[in-house]
Amino acid sequence: MISTENISKKYRSELVLKGVSTILPTGKIIAFIGSNGAGKSTLLNIISRLIPPSEGSVVIDGKKTSLWNTGDLAKTLTILGQSPQSETRITVKDLVSFGRFPHSNGETTPDDERAVAEALNITGIETLKDRYIDELSGGQRQMAYIAMSVAQDTKYILLDEPLNNLDMGRSVKIMKLMQKLVKEKSKTIFVVVHDINFVSFYADYVLALKDGILKYQGETESIMRPEILSDIYDIDITVENYRGKKICIYYK
Amino acid sequence: MPAFFVQFIVLAMLALCSLFIGVADLSPSGIFRMNSEQIDILSISRIPRLCSVIVAGASLSVAGLIMQRITRNRFVSPTTAGTMEWCKLGVMAAIICMPEASSAMRVFGAFAVSLAGTFFFMAVAGKVQNRGIILVPLVGIMMGGVVNACSTFFAYKYDIIQNMAAWLQGNFSLVIAGNYELLYFSVPLMFAAYFYADRFTIAGMGKNTATSLGLNYKSIVNIGLVLVTVISSITVVGVGNIPFVGLVVPNIISIFKGDSVKNILWDTAWFGAALVLLCDIACRVIIYPYEIPIGVVLSIIGSFIFLGLLTRKPRHA
Repeated sequence: MISTENISKKYRSELVLKGVSTILPTGKIIAFIGSNGAGKSTLLNIISRLIPPSEGSVVIDGKKTSLWNTGDLAKTLTILGQSPQSETRITVKDLVSFGRFPHSNGETTPDDERAVAEALNITGIETLKDRYIDELSGGQRQMAYIAMSVAQDTKYILLDEPLNNLDMGRSVKIMKLMQKLVKEKSKTIFVVVHDINFVSFYADYVLALKDGILKYQGETESIMRPEILSDIYDIDITVENYRGKKICIYYK
Repeated sequence: MPAFFVQFIVLAMLALCSLFIGVADLSPSGIFRMNSEQIDILSISRIPRLCSVIVAGASLSVAGLIMQRITRNRFVSPTTAGTMEWCKLGVMAAIICMPEASSAMRVFGAFAVSLAGTFFFMAVAGKVQNRGIILVPLVGIMMGGVVNACSTFFAYKYDIIQNMAAWLQGNFSLVIAGNYELLYFSVPLMFAAYFYADRFTIAGMGKNTATSLGLNYKSIVNIGLVLVTVISSITVVGVGNIPFVGLVVPNIISIFKGDSVKNILWDTAWFGAALVLLCDIACRVIIYPYEIPIGVVLSIIGSFIFLGLLTRKPRHA
């Protein structure tokens, strides 16, 4: 279980997170929503120990992040940053194999090979495994990085805007993959998503941030309400029902 | 493996050429009828020269490879980061402070100064890297120029410019048995690089990816920098400044075999050795029976390839 205690983050004099305290559920897709600059990415980066909080602490499975050995934490939690861009020219298979690094430390075992093969399979990129990542399309590259996180086989998977710059088809594919990981492998997935309708259809639980404050949190159903969403995004949002799911309409 | 076999044959043929080129008469056909003088030439001069060329070429290429990964910039190398210039300054400082300094002391001087200098470069590079990938090597070259000017100034002041000339231009013609063996210390460093190969590749994918995979990014970068500066220091003290090898070789290998350090370490070392050996042979035959310093030839070839790499269009949009 992951919980945060009164996290604040200050960049120079600007407070981008203001005292976020929460207990996050497990075995679900948990979406972080909010407008640009609301502090979603910052919160995700602090939870995953990529950046230290200015105040407060994060507790992962009963232990503060500052007390975790970073190598051990990498077996429990992985984070994929916003549109990972790398100058490094390596093959998809090599990239996905790096996901095993926390377990293997470079000495690949048959277990590691099985995990890599499975990650390639579940993300549907087996046919790309010998291609260089700099020769792939944006969507394929994103999938390859996700496959690396899958191969890492951690309890918690944190994804910062994985749908960035992807078409609807690929976005749906990625969200379905997440559902599969939650259902079949009982992972807990934290994901920053901008398209509110993707959240409505695929997320189980929502954290809504505004100006660095955690304003709402709860089951997706309870957050998909016009007054809440209008408050979060500062625009008028109408919520309609469609086959038992909520659809948000914000095009004017 | 056929590729390995071809590489071995190429290197062996170049090595044979290297052994039998020179003013003193020595030919492959007479190899079984050598007099003692010829055996001496082979064992005191030709074989040491061959070994020093191979070790220097291979280790500098590996150093360049490590540096490109940990700086995440394919235009950075011991030459373009100014590391070589810091090494020269360090050697000079060692000579001025202790005129009788042994080679080991000189290496230590070069290492201490170049490590500090390269860390300084990394700090500056960190500040400018968002303003374009080309700016980082430009800053390194510029800083190297300033350091070089300082070295030259002190060399004049303490009247050791004659001494300095030996490292201003790399040169294998001074290598004889007894004064080059220090170079062999680069060999275990290449094995160390292999041990850390995956870590360097992962560090090259950025701090966040490395941290997410449980690596201590800072310590990997520091280990890489120490390896690079030790290799550079040993080379500068042993045979002088061998420019551009660390820049050109990993880039050419990358085009064919990618950037995964583990996959390309052997190819990089091999190609570095073969390239420097080829250039060394060229240096010895172009104005036969005289010699051109290899630094000159490599500077010319290297700067043209560097230009080519700079103007090469990126592989993806």
